[in-house]
Amino acid sequence: MMRLNLILLGAVIACALGVVTSQHKARKLFVELQKEQELTKRLEEDFGRLQLEQSTWARHGRIERIARQQLGMRVPEPSRIQIVPPPAGVSREAR
Amino acid sequence: MNPVSGQALPPNLPRWRAGLLLGLLLITFAALIGRALYLQVVRNDFLQQKGDARASRVIEISANRGVITDRRGEVLAVSTPVESVWASPQDLEASRRQLQQLAAALRMDLSELKHRISDDEREFVYLKRRLPPEDAARVTALGVPGVFLQREYRRYYPAGDTLAHVIGFTSVDDAGQEGIELAFQDHLAGRPGSRRVIKDRLGRIVEDVESIRVPRPGQNLALSIDTKIQYLAYRELKEAVAQHRARAGGIVVLDARTGEVLALANVPTYNPNNRTSLTGPRARNRALTDVFEPGSTLKPFTAAAALESGIVRPESVVETAPGYMAIGRATIRDAHPEGRLTVSQVIQKSSNVGAAKLALSMPPERLWNVLNGAGFGGPTGSGFPGEAGGRLRPHKSWRPIEHATMSYGHGISVTLLQLARAYTIFANDGEIRPVSLVRLDAPVPGERVMSPETARAVRGMLELAVQPGGTAPRARVPGYRVAGKTGTAHKLQDGSYAADRYVSSFVGLAPASNPRLVVAVMLDEPSAGEYYGGAVAAPVFSKVVAGVLRMLNEPNDAPVEPLHLPADLPVVKEEV
Repeated sequence: MMRLNLILLGAVIACALGVVTSQHKARKLFVELQKEQELTKRLEEDFGRLQLEQSTWARHGRIERIARQQLGMRVPEPSRIQIVPPPAGVSREAR
Repeated sequence: MNPVSGQALPPNLPRWRAGLLLGLLLITFAALIGRALYLQVVRNDFLQQKGDARASRVIEISANRGVITDRRGEVLAVSTPVESVWASPQDLEASRRQLQQLAAALRMDLSELKHRISDDEREFVYLKRRLPPEDAARVTALGVPGVFLQREYRRYYPAGDTLAHVIGFTSVDDAGQEGIELAFQDHLAGRPGSRRVIKDRLGRIVEDVESIRVPRPGQNLALSIDTKIQYLAYRELKEAVAQHRARAGGIVVLDARTGEVLALANVPTYNPNNRTSLTGPRARNRALTDVFEPGSTLKPFTAAAALESGIVRPESVVETAPGYMAIGRATIRDAHPEGRLTVSQVIQKSSNVGAAKLALSMPPERLWNVLNGAGFGGPTGSGFPGEAGGRLRPHKSWRPIEHATMSYGHGISVTLLQLARAYTIFANDGEIRPVSLVRLDAPVPGERVMSPETARAVRGMLELAVQPGGTAPRARVPGYRVAGKTGTAHKLQDGSYAADRYVSSFVGLAPASNPRLVVAVMLDEPSAGEYYGGAVAAPVFSKVVAGVLRMLNEPNDAPVEPLHLPADLPVVKEEV
C-alpha cells in the first residue's frame, strides 16, 4: 500500500513538472511565433515600399526621357521593322 | 506506574480538552472551505474579471488595402505604412527647447504647434498625420512625454497623372472616394480583425486565448489597363490638346475582341499623390461621365440599319444633290454638295443629306433598334462610379426632323466610352460585349446585334473614310489597314448650337483585316484654327494605333510604305 502511494506520488510530481516545462516551452515558442509574424508583416510592408519604389523608377515617362535624351534612342521607322511570323503550330499567345 | 501502555492519557486530564481541540480544528476547516467557496463560487466572476484585466488584452490586427496592378502586374496603387503623430495635451510635458525641436521634426511652425496643444482638457489631438517613417523616427527620438505615434496607411499612385481618372483615390481614412478605388472598395478594403491574448509582466504576448474576429486582408485587383498603352495614349492626347488649344480631351483604347479597356485617359488631369490643386473639372473622368453629341461618328450605324433592313446595298446610289433637304421648317445641309453618292461614299464623304435620306427611308424603329443595340442610352458595364448613360429618346417620340438628325448624330448624347464600345460591333462582325476595366480571365460572351455581313460591309466603308478621298486620310498607319470615322459637331450651349465651338472626334479600329483595337479620340473645343475631326483627332488615332500595334507585335496587313499625303490632296471636309 505504502509503496503504491509512493509510486503514485512520484508519478504526480513528474506529471506536474512536465506540465510546467511544456507550458513554458509553449510560451517561448509562442513568443517566437509572434516575432516571426511581426517580421512577416514588416517584410510585407517593405515589399510594398520596394514595389512602389520600383514602379516610380520605372515610370514610362522617365524611361522615355532617358532613352531619348541621354541614350539618343528613337523608335525605328516602320519600314525598318521586320515582323517574323510565328512558325506553324505555335499559337500567337504562346509567343 | 501503570504497565498498561494503551492508557497514554493521564487519567487526571479532563475529556473536554480533546473535544475542544477537535472542535477548533473542524471550525478552522469549515472556515477554509467556506472561504474557498466564497472565492471560487460567489465572487468568481468579479475575481476572474480582475485577473483578466491585469493580463488579458484584446489586440487589433490591421488589414492592408489590396494592391491595384495593371494587366501585366505593374503596381498602380499601393498602401505603405506612415506614422501619424498625436499628443495628449493633458500629459504633455515639454520644455520650450523640446517644443522647438518637436516643431522642427514635424516641419511645423512653433506657434501652430503651441496652438494645437493649447487646450489642456483634451486627451487626443493630431499633431501631424501621415509622416514618412524616417521623420516619425526623429520625433520618437526626442522622447517628449505625451507625444505618441499611430500607424496608418497611405496610398501611393506611381502612375501619377496618366491614370488618375481611372484609379481615383482614397480618403485620409483609406476608403475609396473616386474611380476604381470607390467602385471596388469592398474588394480592396481589408477587414481588421481582433483577438484576445494574455500578456506577461513585460508586455510580451504569452498566450493566444481566442480569435474574436479573423482579419481579412484586402484583395489585389488587376485592371485591364496596360500601362504602356496608357502612357502612349495619354502622351499623344496631351500633345494634341496643347497643339489645338482644346479645353479638354479624352481617349479610349479597347481590346476589340474582349471589350477590355486597355487605356483610358483624360486631359486635364491631376496628380493623385498631391491633390492640393484638385478641382472639380480636373477630377472628372470625362470619357465616362460627360456626354456630348457625337455628330458624324454615328453615321455608320445609320448605314448599318439601312443595310440590315435590306433597303440598300453598299453600292446603292443615294442622290444628295442639291446639297440640302427641307424637312418641315428645318433644312439639312451639306456644305460641299456631292451629287450622286453610293452608300459607301455617304460614309466616306460624311454627307449629312445622304445619311438623313437613308434614315428617312426606314421606320424610326429600325434606326432606334440599331442605336439601342449598340449600347447608346444605357450603361456600358464598366461599373465605374458616376458613369453617364447618355440619352437616346424612344423612337415613338421622334419628330421627323429628329429622325433625320439622329442619322448623323444630333439629338442623341453619348459618352466616349459608349462610342468606342459601339464600334466593337464593326470590329467583331456584329457582336457587342460589355466593357471591362478589370482584366478578364475568360472572355465574356458577346451579344449579336447585327449580321456579320452588315458589320463587315460597314467596316469596308470605314476603311474608305481613311483613304485619300475620305474625311480622315491622316488617320492612316504605315503597314496596317485601319478603318474609322470622323465626327465634328457644334457644341450645344443653352439649348442651341454654338456657331464656333466644336467637339472633334475620331473613332476607328485596327488592323482592318482582323481588328484587335478600337480607339476613340475626342477633343473638346479645339481653338487653334483647325477643328475638323479628320485634322484634330485622326492624327492622335494614327500615332496611338501605330505605337500599340508595334507593342502587340501585330503582323502587318498592308505593305510598309511611308505614307506621303500629296500636298495638293483635296481636303474632304465633313459636314458639320
